Amino acid sequence: MASYPAARPAGRFETYSWLFMRVSGIVLLCMAVFHLLLMHYAIGVENLNFEVVAARWQSPWWRLYDFFLLAFALTHGMNGARILMDEYMRASGWRLFLKTVLSLLYFTLVVMGAWVIVTFN
Amino acid sequence: MPERTSFREGLRYRGGTSMWAWMFHRITGLGVLLFLCIHILETFTVSFGPDFYDHTMELYNTVFFRVAEIGLLFAVIYHAINGTRITIQDFWPSLWRYERALVWTSIVILILVFVPLAVWGLLPVFRGEL
Repeated sequence: MASYPAARPAGRFETYSWLFMRVSGIVLLCMAVFHLLLMHYAIGVENLNFEVVAARWQSPWWRLYDFFLLAFALTHGMNGARILMDEYMRASGWRLFLKTVLSLLYFTLVVMGAWVIVTFN
Repeated sequence: MPERTSFREGLRYRGGTSMWAWMFHRITGLGVLLFLCIHILETFTVSFGPDFYDHTMELYNTVFFRVAEIGLLFAVIYHAINGTRITIQDFWPSLWRYERALVWTSIVILILVFVPLAVWGLLPVFRGEL
């Protein structure tokens, strides 16, 4: 096996980030794949309309499911994008700028998604 | 501070099968994230009422989006299977020595899952219904 020592994680945050990616990945393997098979295959995108969404969200459980899917998927994806920025961007000014844009996008999309799931009537 | 590498250096690095598995993991991840952002915005329009939302959803019933949907399907399935492989190897580090075999196993699973779903998803296009 490798004789060199393993790279040490850059502090507690990155260790939690690493663990989060694996745990949320397993959650998404179940939740996102089920969502995709249900909406794209069992129901079919061509049959999706306002009525179908309204009927689904009659149930608070589907709202809860969609909320957790939103939170896990967007956090997992945005954290992945953050890691890519850390690894590929050399100019720290641009990196800080883009990470700020990414944080704002993350915040805006979570609020928009959660708002529509909670308030839809 | 994490190690920083340019995209070009990344391509020049001759890491073989495992490196390409890792590279595709990043590309498919970004692709799924892009769709997720569009998907949240499109779902948000449901709050504007039935007319607006149904019109938005009509946009998906085109050949372009049906083919793009198959791309999304590929990206999600690849990212899910390869991510599972990485997680398994991370929690059972002794498996790292079989990485190449595990990458090929995940590619076989990918083909077995993806091809039938892709054909099924493209049936309306083959039938000329769109």
